[in-house]
Amino acid sequence: MNTTFKNSKRQLALIFLLMFGALLIVGFFQSWNLMLAILNLCLISAIMSLGVNLQWGYAGLFNAGIMGFAALGGLAAMLVAKAPVIGAWQAGGFSILLGIFIWLISGFIAFFLWKRLKGRGKRQFWYVLLIVGLGYIISRFVLDPAILRIEAFEPSSSGYLGGAGLPILLSWAIGGLLAASVAFVIGKITLGLRSDYLAIATLGISEIVIFIFKNEDWLTRGVKNVTGIPRPVPYEIDLQSAIWFQNSSELLGVGVIQASGLFVKLCYTSLFLVVLLFLLWLCERALNSPWGRMMRAIRDNEIAASAMGKNVTSRHLQIFVIGSAIVGIAGAMLVTLDGQFNPTIYHPLRFTFLIWVMVIVGGSGNNLGAILGGFVVWFFWIEAEIIGNGLVYILTFPLSESSSLKAHFISTAPQLRLLIMGLVLLLFLRFAPRGLIPEKTSNKL
Amino acid sequence: MIDIVNAITLLANYIIVPSLAYGSQLALGALGITMVYAVLRFSNFAHGEIMSFGTMISIFMIWLIQSLGISIQPLPTALLALPFSIIATIILLLGLDKVVFRYYQNQRVQPVTFMIVSVGVMFFLAGLIRFFIGTSKKNFDDGERFIIKASEFKQITGLAEGLSIRTTQAITVIVTLLLVTYIFWFLNKTKTGKSMRAFSDNEDLALLSGIKPNQVIVITWVLVGILASVAGTLYGLDKGYKPFVYLQLVLPIFAAAIVGGVGNPLGAVLGGYIIAFSEAFITFAYKRFLTYLVPEEWAPQGLVQMLSTEYKFAVSFVLLVIVLLIKPTGLFRGRTL
Repeated sequence: MNTTFKNSKRQLALIFLLMFGALLIVGFFQSWNLMLAILNLCLISAIMSLGVNLQWGYAGLFNAGIMGFAALGGLAAMLVAKAPVIGAWQAGGFSILLGIFIWLISGFIAFFLWKRLKGRGKRQFWYVLLIVGLGYIISRFVLDPAILRIEAFEPSSSGYLGGAGLPILLSWAIGGLLAASVAFVIGKITLGLRSDYLAIATLGISEIVIFIFKNEDWLTRGVKNVTGIPRPVPYEIDLQSAIWFQNSSELLGVGVIQASGLFVKLCYTSLFLVVLLFLLWLCERALNSPWGRMMRAIRDNEIAASAMGKNVTSRHLQIFVIGSAIVGIAGAMLVTLDGQFNPTIYHPLRFTFLIWVMVIVGGSGNNLGAILGGFVVWFFWIEAEIIGNGLVYILTFPLSESSSLKAHFISTAPQLRLLIMGLVLLLFLRFAPRGLIPEKTSNKL
Repeated sequence: MIDIVNAITLLANYIIVPSLAYGSQLALGALGITMVYAVLRFSNFAHGEIMSFGTMISIFMIWLIQSLGISIQPLPTALLALPFSIIATIILLLGLDKVVFRYYQNQRVQPVTFMIVSVGVMFFLAGLIRFFIGTSKKNFDDGERFIIKASEFKQITGLAEGLSIRTTQAITVIVTLLLVTYIFWFLNKTKTGKSMRAFSDNEDLALLSGIKPNQVIVITWVLVGILASVAGTLYGLDKGYKPFVYLQLVLPIFAAAIVGGVGNPLGAVLGGYIIAFSEAFITFAYKRFLTYLVPEEWAPQGLVQMLSTEYKFAVSFVLLVIVLLIKPTGLFRGRTL
């Protein structure tokens, strides 16, 4: 028992060393800038897969809407950090607030009715639907003209309300809260029903969140993107003109321009690393507590756990909300890193199902495994392009240079990474379902 | 009086005809998902990509047939290509069954593991399809475009509103009708169909009475292959083929299956139409419709649109949530193939 534990620790260290070796190879042979760019996204992916691992690895919940929660976090980053557009607020800000107020009022009335009419069968439901519908229609009378006015205000540069103008680091927490509140509503509706309903409902809400972001220009500028979101780290230009930075880069013997790029990326890396380690610490603490043991008990045998007096549905809701919040934090961090909010980048294969591959490959039920999965899978997702191109080159070798078929396959070669990821997921599920770093089951025996 | 006829024609042109076609496509898709659920007991996330695969094969065959100079004007060549696409899709599904799904079937894993396996298959197929056909939009609706054009309809009837019916819409509805009738006949009247229903109702009892599970599973995949490739090809014929749209189509299809009651074929078909019609009714701008019906001075100023068209997908989601809240088993009780 003791020896196997030691072995697994050595193995763990070895796997992580290999991962960093791979990153170093990228650094030496491609460029350090690229290496840091990959590393930063690896860290964000690791946080996302940490959140999904909570939901899947420790509770067995299938969240097919990771993309939506990440986008909600991204929205929070944009709304917190961007400066408010005063003109747009003057044009229609008040009406927007009034419209939201009407929603809240109708929501409260509906909630109150739902409580009052409990036990009166279907009537309860129809009244609530009527109130919500009425509230929606009334709010449209207030909102529609206001939205038109806001979107007409300097449409080429703003045309939206802007944000709150607060420090962007604040948004990481707010993004988490936003994702958590949406997760709460979804979980409340679908948890306790059959397990696939959660998957389908999350799939749906994530698509709808993206549709809203693409179409509600007054909130997000839609597909016109919000760029220039303030950063938590210094700008390259400022660094290049700072005397201390010029001196120190000279000392290291690196060009100022290159050094400034690396420095900014390193700042991000350290910020992300702090968040990742903090979340990892929290997760480990939680999962080695009585609460964590209860979660695993529920996952392994729901009926037995509920016979022991555990409320399975509300525990599931709890962990679903926490996991989604972590994904929301990662989403906010991603927008912080990019410096822009662009709803068109959110694509389910990249933002939902790739995270699933990370969790499965890394080892579901093991936090370190999830983190490793985030690193490995993101690394290969980037580098798979090389593999894909190589494969295409070999496969199309017999074709002549000028063949149009060859040109076609070379142009679609990047798509092979999807195929490779699908294959990896299927192979792991079949031959190593416990992942690279399996869950610790030390309390067995 | 003439105003009422005009109003009805308007509705028929913008809601009834397109929704009948779209509903048929959803119904075929939902029927496929529901059958996988009823027999193999998991939600198949790869269904959209399977439909996409069938469409891709159709397109390749259409290109081949066209290059041979064969055509069946005024009907689209897609009808000739369909049998090949069905065969290819069935081969794909039987291969997937053998290589991927059967292992988990024998292990009797939980449905949620199956779902993740289907996600893996989805990923794999998505890559395969995009590798072969690329990501750009492809239209393959050759042949006569309209059965009746709006302008012709206006000329014949003398109404102010036109009604246009595209060939692809008519073909969609007819093919769906034939296929659904066949599937129901198969399930209810043939011995194999009855054994499938028995297997879906109670696996253990079915095994006891000598039904071979392998045979039932193979037949199910064959039927799913037919349904998926036909649904995909008809959708592509009607709206143009774009690989990533099929990923988004999974949501309304699932919504249709759940609204109708997962595992219930009749429910799946009706669910498809319910989703399609509610999408159209809710995102339709009623301004012109009301202008015909009410006195002139009451005519509305705005578009009178409940939800803008971009949110079509949201409608299926909201319906899904409503059904989950009041009747989680769906309108027709689920799980009775």
